[in-house]
Amino acid sequence: MVRRPPLLPYLLVLPTVVFVALFTAWPTLLAVYQSFFRQRLNIARFREPTFIGWGNYQELFTSPDFQQVLANTAVYVAGTVPVSVVLAFLLAVLVNRRALGIGFQRLAFFYPTILPMVSAATIWMFFLTPDYGLFNQALAFLGYRGPQNWTANPDLALFAVMMVAIWKNAGFFMIFYLAGLQSLPTDVFEAAALDGAGFWHQLWLLTLPMLRRTTLFVTTIAVIGAFQTVDHIFVLTAGGPSNASTVLLYWLWQVRFEYQNVGLAAALTVVLVAILLVFTVTNFVLSERREA
Amino acid sequence: MLTQPVRSRSLGPRLLRLGLDALAWGLALAWLSFIVWALVASLRPAAEPLGRGDVWFGSTLTLENYRRAWALAPFARYYLNTVLLVLSILGVQVITITLAAFAFAHTRFPGQRLVLFFVLLQLMIPTTALLAPNFATIRRLGLFDTILAIGIPYYGSAFGTFLMRQAFLEVPQDLVDAGIVDGCSWWQLLRHVYLPPSIPTLVAFALSSVAFHWNEFLWPLVVTVSDRSRPLTVGLVRFTQLGEIGARWSLLTAATLLVAAPLLVAFLVFQRRFIQSFLYSGLK
Repeated sequence: MVRRPPLLPYLLVLPTVVFVALFTAWPTLLAVYQSFFRQRLNIARFREPTFIGWGNYQELFTSPDFQQVLANTAVYVAGTVPVSVVLAFLLAVLVNRRALGIGFQRLAFFYPTILPMVSAATIWMFFLTPDYGLFNQALAFLGYRGPQNWTANPDLALFAVMMVAIWKNAGFFMIFYLAGLQSLPTDVFEAAALDGAGFWHQLWLLTLPMLRRTTLFVTTIAVIGAFQTVDHIFVLTAGGPSNASTVLLYWLWQVRFEYQNVGLAAALTVVLVAILLVFTVTNFVLSERREA
Repeated sequence: MLTQPVRSRSLGPRLLRLGLDALAWGLALAWLSFIVWALVASLRPAAEPLGRGDVWFGSTLTLENYRRAWALAPFARYYLNTVLLVLSILGVQVITITLAAFAFAHTRFPGQRLVLFFVLLQLMIPTTALLAPNFATIRRLGLFDTILAIGIPYYGSAFGTFLMRQAFLEVPQDLVDAGIVDGCSWWQLLRHVYLPPSIPTLVAFALSSVAFHWNEFLWPLVVTVSDRSRPLTVGLVRFTQLGEIGARWSLLTAATLLVAAPLLVAFLVFQRRFIQSFLYSGLK
């Protein structure tokens, strides 16, 4: 475009390239490399890395813990993502109307996005308290008589952390649907209304199909986010009871920093990165197409 | 648009409208109950446990819990750490992303696509997932347990670079050409032609950066061991685990709100900008 001293552009991108190299490219390669070595910092004879080929991966894929963690992660992602996306759509439709207090309602749904996850989880900790916790009180009011100790019950702990994530994210995803709704052409809806299409008809046959790209986009960022957020698990369940609410990233943290197993953690990193790549690349392709 | 059918006068749509209103208010109040309860509980006398009597209000309102929480853990230090953390990250990011975006938007250079793709890696491989190998790097660099260690992986931002590049590309070529004819140096072009119209984008990026790093927990947890460097989020979780705190909800909620308050207040003041910024940040 313009003739400049040829060195300048390289100098301008250098800082960014250096940081990406140091904290994205290098650690990815390091994880791949370390995943082929046995190194356990809390066992004296395994302190120094030894090459063991696919050993860590074999250990991983035969470990019942890993299977449970994978299953938990699948439940977590497959549970939180659709529910929060559907809820987000519903909330967006609700607050896209003209009515008194709409601004206030938008605020109510969106504020959890701004709240630190650890703060949100601490507040939920109280709501989930047996007997007098507000969540349990509300459930009891609705006639629920089941177990109340959500975070300490192996059947409910995962479900409890999933609820927090859904509550926290629905409002965030809502704003994408809201932006989508506001960009829809009004004449289509006017024509449909003239033809006698009711509210639900319009919602189901017009709005939803026209927002399918928003849905696709929101779903991908929801999935990517779901793999990366474990803060609430630290606060509410610490992965327990007996791994019942442990998901991939949380287990990765445990393996590396509690069990001090560097090699296994590296193999886990590789697995997590591989899973994430599928979704981040999809997301990238989608947003590129959106810009085009 | 969705209000169209609702405006007619027959009974069905009016009932529908009423139903949607009720649903919206019901959900909004349920969503709000968390923060409202936290606020009320934090103002409740600590001597009146929630397990007995009313779960909401105690006999009086008091700020005592905030004072106690502030005294029980070094929250002032955590605040300072978090503020230093988010400002240092933002400060460095503004420089790195502006320079890189300028290079990508304004100049053509051999290998440009390759460099662009390399930077893109950061969007493909989320830094969060790399905590184990990045921990090794922080150790090797001798940065463990410093605020720098928490921030440095984010000093370059592919997301910010692309956002700014997009903004720069929208600057009219005529303006750029005029600047060149006037003999502007690259720096003057950036400062006086490219940056002014791109400030809103930069602000949107800044808000999402500050919000993200103010709230981040896992990475700071991993690279800090002392109050010298611990940010608010990590401090809060330690606080909730202090034996003497137990289930003293009024103290816990006070501490929780101390951590969240600055962002919540900023959000209330700059709602639109925040929402705009989060709309952008979804592209991350």
